[in-house]
Amino acid sequence: MGKADAELDRDRRAFIKKVLKGSIAGSLLLVIPMPTGAGIPRVPEQIPGIRGKEYDLSGQRFAFIVDITRCIGCGSCCVADRREFNVPDGYYRTWVERYLKDFEGEVYVDSPNGGFDGYQKPRADLADLKVEVRDTFFVPKLCNMCKEPPCVQVCPVGATFKTPDGFVLVDRERCVGCAYCIQACPYSSRYLDPVTRTAEKCTWCYHRVRKGLLPICVNVCPTKARKFGDLNDKNSEVYEILHGPGVLTVLKRDMGTYPELYYKGLRREVV
Amino acid sequence: MDALNFVFPNDLHVHWSMMIVLYPYLTGLVDGSFIVAALYYVFGVKSLKPIARFSLVFALAFLSCAMFPLLVHLGRPERNFNMMLTPSPTSAMSGAGYIFTVAIVLIGLIVLLVYRPTFVRLRLKSKGIMAILYRVLTMDSTNLSPESLELDRKIIKFLVAIGIPVASVLHGYVGFLFGGVKANPSWSTPLMPVIFLFSACVSGISALILAYIVIKKVRNQPVDVGCVRTCVNVLAGFFILAFSFEMLEVFSHSYLRTWYHHAVEGLLNGPLLYSFWVWQVVICSVLPLLLLGWLCLFKLKDSVFRFFAAAVSFMLLLQVLLMRWNVVIGGQLMSKSTRGYTEFHPEWFDKEGILTVIVLVTLPFIVLFILSKIFPLWLEEEKAST
Repeated sequence: MGKADAELDRDRRAFIKKVLKGSIAGSLLLVIPMPTGAGIPRVPEQIPGIRGKEYDLSGQRFAFIVDITRCIGCGSCCVADRREFNVPDGYYRTWVERYLKDFEGEVYVDSPNGGFDGYQKPRADLADLKVEVRDTFFVPKLCNMCKEPPCVQVCPVGATFKTPDGFVLVDRERCVGCAYCIQACPYSSRYLDPVTRTAEKCTWCYHRVRKGLLPICVNVCPTKARKFGDLNDKNSEVYEILHGPGVLTVLKRDMGTYPELYYKGLRREVV
Repeated sequence: MDALNFVFPNDLHVHWSMMIVLYPYLTGLVDGSFIVAALYYVFGVKSLKPIARFSLVFALAFLSCAMFPLLVHLGRPERNFNMMLTPSPTSAMSGAGYIFTVAIVLIGLIVLLVYRPTFVRLRLKSKGIMAILYRVLTMDSTNLSPESLELDRKIIKFLVAIGIPVASVLHGYVGFLFGGVKANPSWSTPLMPVIFLFSACVSGISALILAYIVIKKVRNQPVDVGCVRTCVNVLAGFFILAFSFEMLEVFSHSYLRTWYHHAVEGLLNGPLLYSFWVWQVVICSVLPLLLLGWLCLFKLKDSVFRFFAAAVSFMLLLQVLLMRWNVVIGGQLMSKSTRGYTEFHPEWFDKEGILTVIVLVTLPFIVLFILSKIFPLWLEEEKAST
C-alpha cells in the first residue's frame, strides 16, 4: 500500500467520522429542546409593549380596523383563520362578503364558503341575469368585540365573558350549548361547534395578542386591509386612524352594542 | 329573486329548532290548565268543578315533562345544572330553572292538598305499596275533620292565588326569552311575553276541553256540557286577547313602516306566507273565532256543542303550535343580514328531529296515565270506588 493510498484511507475515515458526528448532532438538535428564552417564541414582536413586562390586564385597550378600500377578497384571512383554529367546514369565525351594485342601485351580496376560496371569478348567476355591475367591494367580517356585548348578557352560565382587556371570549369548559348567544349576536359571528357542542367565535386571536403577536388574519392580509393594535400606544397605526380625520363607522350602530371593530370606508349598503 | 338572497354564512343553520318550539308549547299547556284550576279554586266558578282537579293533575303531568325538550336541545346537557348553580344574573335564561322549580313545587303542593281527603279514604282502602304511597302523600295524616278540611281549602285558595302570578311569570318569561333578543327584529318586541302568555292560556284551556271530551267519550261516560260551556266562554275570552295582540303586533308595525316593518314584511309575506297567513291566521284563528262566537252566543244542542267545542279546541291547539313554530323557527329563517332567508327542513332521526318530538309529546300523556292510577281524575269514579 502506497503512502498516497494510506492518506486517502485516513481522509475517508475522517470524512465518515464527520458525517456520523454531524448526523448525531443534528438528530440531537431536533430531539433536545434548545433554550430560546423562557418560552418566548422566536417570532419578532408585532405589537410593541407587550413582551418583556407583566401584562396589565385592565390597562390595555385594543382596536381592530377593517379598511374596505383595501380588501381584494383574496380569502387569505379565512384560510389562515381556519388553519389557526381548526374550524369545521360550514362554520365561520371570519368571512369575507362580496358586494356588487348595478346601474339601478340594486345590491347583490354573496359569500360562498365564507370567501374561503377567494373571489377569483365574477358571479355566474349575475351574468346569466345580464346584470351590469357598476361597482364592487369586499367586506371582511369577524367578531365586533362589543363594549356592551349581547352575547355576554344572555349567556345563562357566564361561559361567555368579557375580559378586562376588552376581549369577548367563550369558556368551552362551562358552555352548556344553549345557543342563546348565537341568537343574541346581531352580527352572526357565532356558531355551535359540532365537535365540542359549545359556542365558538372569533377571539381576535387572544392567544397571539398576549404574546405580542397580531391576530393571524391581520398577519396574513397582503393589502393591510385588516389592522390591529394597541390604543394606548400613540404611535400605533390604529391609534392614528381612530384619532385622525378619516371616516370610520361600526356595524349596526342602532343595536347599541358599541363595537371595538371599526370599518374604514364602509358603504351604506353594508349590514 | 334568488340572486338578491344573501344569508350570513353562520345563519344558514337554524340553531333553535323543533325542541324550542315544543318547550314553550308544553309550558303553555301547563299555564292554560292552571288558569282553569284558578277559576274554580280562587274565583269560585262552580261549574268548573268536574275538571278542576283534572286540570291540576294535567298541569303537573305536562310541567314534569316541560324541561325535556330543553335538555335534548342543549349541546352539553350534562352541564344543565350550571344554570342554577352558577347563574349569570344578567341573563334572562338563567331564571328558567328557578321559575320552573317554584312552579312545579307549587303545583305539586296544591295537588297534594286537593287530593288529601281522597288519599285518606284510599289509604284506608288499599293495601301494600299503594297504602304506603298514600300514607306518604298524606304525610301520615288521617284528619278529615271539618276544621282541617276548611284549613285545607284556605291553604289551597292561597297557593292557587300565588300560582296565578307564578304561572304568568313561567310563560311570560318564555316570551321574554324571545322578546329580549334585539338582534332578531321579528322577536324583539315588548308584546312578545303578552302574546306568549295569552296563547299559552288558549292552548292549555283547549287541551283541557279536548282531553276531557275525548277521555269521557272513550270511557263512554257522560260529558258535563255545562262545564264545557264555561270553559269555551273562558277560551273565547283568552283567544280574543291572544289573537288581538298577535295581529296588533303585525298591523301596528306595518302602519309605522319603520325599518322593523321592512325587515319583517318580507319574512311574513315570503317564507311564512302559508304557515303564518294561511294556516295560523286564516284557518286556525279566524275560523275558530267565528266558531267560538257561534258556540258562545247561540243556544246549541248539547251534542252539537260538544262536537264543535272539541273541534275548536283542536284547531286552537294547532293555532298555538303554528304560532310557536312561526315565531321560533320562522324568526330564524330571516338572516341577520336582513337580505335573505334560509330554509328549515325537519328530519326524522335527527337528535332534535320529528321522532324526538313524537316521543316528547307522548311522554306527558304517559305520565298523566301513571298519575291517574294514583290520583283518581274524576269525582264520579272516586265516589263509586269509595
